[in-house]
Amino acid sequence: MEDMSQYPLELTGPDVPMVRFMNVTKSYGALTVLDSLDLDVSEGEMVTVIGPSGSGKTTVLRMLMTLETINGGVIYVDGKPLTHMGKNGVLVPADPKYLRLARSSIGMCFQHFNLFPHMTALQNCIEGPMQVLGLPKNEARERSEELLSMVGMIDKKDQHPSRLSGGQQQRVAIARALAMRPKVMLFDEVTSALDPEVIGEVTGVIRKLVAEHNLTMLMVTHQMAFARDISDRVCFFYQGKIEEQGAPESLFGNPQRERTQQFLSAVKAAD
Amino acid sequence: MFDWRWDFAFEILPRFLQAMLNTLAAAGVGYGIAVVLGLVFALAQRTPSRIVTIVVRECVEFIRSTPLVLQIFFVFFVGPQFGIRLSPWVAGMIAIGLHYSAYLSEVYRGGLDSVPKGQWEACTALNLSTTKTYFRVIIPQALPPSLAGMGNYLVGIFKDTPMLSVIGVAELMQAANGIGGSHYRYLEPYTMVGIIFLAISLPAAGLIRVFEAWMRKKLGMN
Repeated sequence: MEDMSQYPLELTGPDVPMVRFMNVTKSYGALTVLDSLDLDVSEGEMVTVIGPSGSGKTTVLRMLMTLETINGGVIYVDGKPLTHMGKNGVLVPADPKYLRLARSSIGMCFQHFNLFPHMTALQNCIEGPMQVLGLPKNEARERSEELLSMVGMIDKKDQHPSRLSGGQQQRVAIARALAMRPKVMLFDEVTSALDPEVIGEVTGVIRKLVAEHNLTMLMVTHQMAFARDISDRVCFFYQGKIEEQGAPESLFGNPQRERTQQFLSAVKAAD
Repeated sequence: MFDWRWDFAFEILPRFLQAMLNTLAAAGVGYGIAVVLGLVFALAQRTPSRIVTIVVRECVEFIRSTPLVLQIFFVFFVGPQFGIRLSPWVAGMIAIGLHYSAYLSEVYRGGLDSVPKGQWEACTALNLSTTKTYFRVIIPQALPPSLAGMGNYLVGIFKDTPMLSVIGVAELMQAANGIGGSHYRYLEPYTMVGIIFLAISLPAAGLIRVFEAWMRKKLGMN
């Protein structure tokens, strides 16, 4: 059993990060996917996670969205524990009720969009604000239409997902996530399932978000050029650990570790 | 040998009308119970509690593995020994509704399992409550793949209503037995019951297919 007294009940001080992974471990049986991960993401920062498949990069996002439980350590969001809750002065695993409250500041977009197929684009966006935030319909609609305009999908607002291309679906999915006004946005390989010619529509939307909004973002991607362009920091994952991290210019331009060099040259060769 | 009597057939026809309405009512009410209770059984097998899951699953298995007639007798004749006195109608509706709810729960289970994992994850990411996740996202998508199976059991429950005659529910079979017994003629009443069943079952099956296609279209899934 892990000694939980080493973890604070709340992060305090002048520079509390928006997200903090503290000593986080994730394993499936004997297989350790993430090994004592420490990672901070500051408010408004765009952090990109890269690495070979199986390096645990997607797991980082899924744990933060509480789609996966963790086996050790604590994740904090906005200074408060996400995976745990305070009880009699120590942290215990969060119960479902606490989890729902704690994750309300996080939004996520998925590789396969996961739009609700029985709802139109607009209904997909309205669903969360109305059913979870309790917004009146006209307000939810106004907010959603604004976001659909932002992602260039307002003309298709009454279409069902089956009538939309992959790139269009992903843009609706981004609008849907933003409609919940998250503080942290997670992008999990959002361009990996797209045809090459529509990747630009989705990366364009993310660029716009970075430029115009002060959102904290964590992104897993295979688009190295895109990652280099828009990230404040890039983390290279290898076998469940951060092998190397830094500003995109230095990590891509002058990687220090051998694994990073190998990975980047393999990716370059594939392009 | 073969002496079909038209005058007799026309004479008894009005008596079948009321019985037919009773049959339709029995099938409708029984099916209504089965549709709701079946969903309850299917959802109960998905709660985090393993005990609930096991108990419900075993009950469903038990109901599916024993004859409907036995269940009808049980509710009607054994119930009173425990102080539960029910009219033939109420006992029959409970028995047939319960019986078909076990089958329908399996249909729903298949439908619910067919909803991709990503839909659940999207609901978590939008922070929908478990209830809203089920009723607004998962069940609407589980319904279209369940409709074919649900339609089969609607026709099935309709064809099983004659079982209720064993406890004296005045449906078509009971009416035919009564007419046959009092006139010593069975050819016309039984033939007419068969034709009435056929005349309702066949179009119903077609209507269900039309409804299924309409539902898929309405939910935007083709």
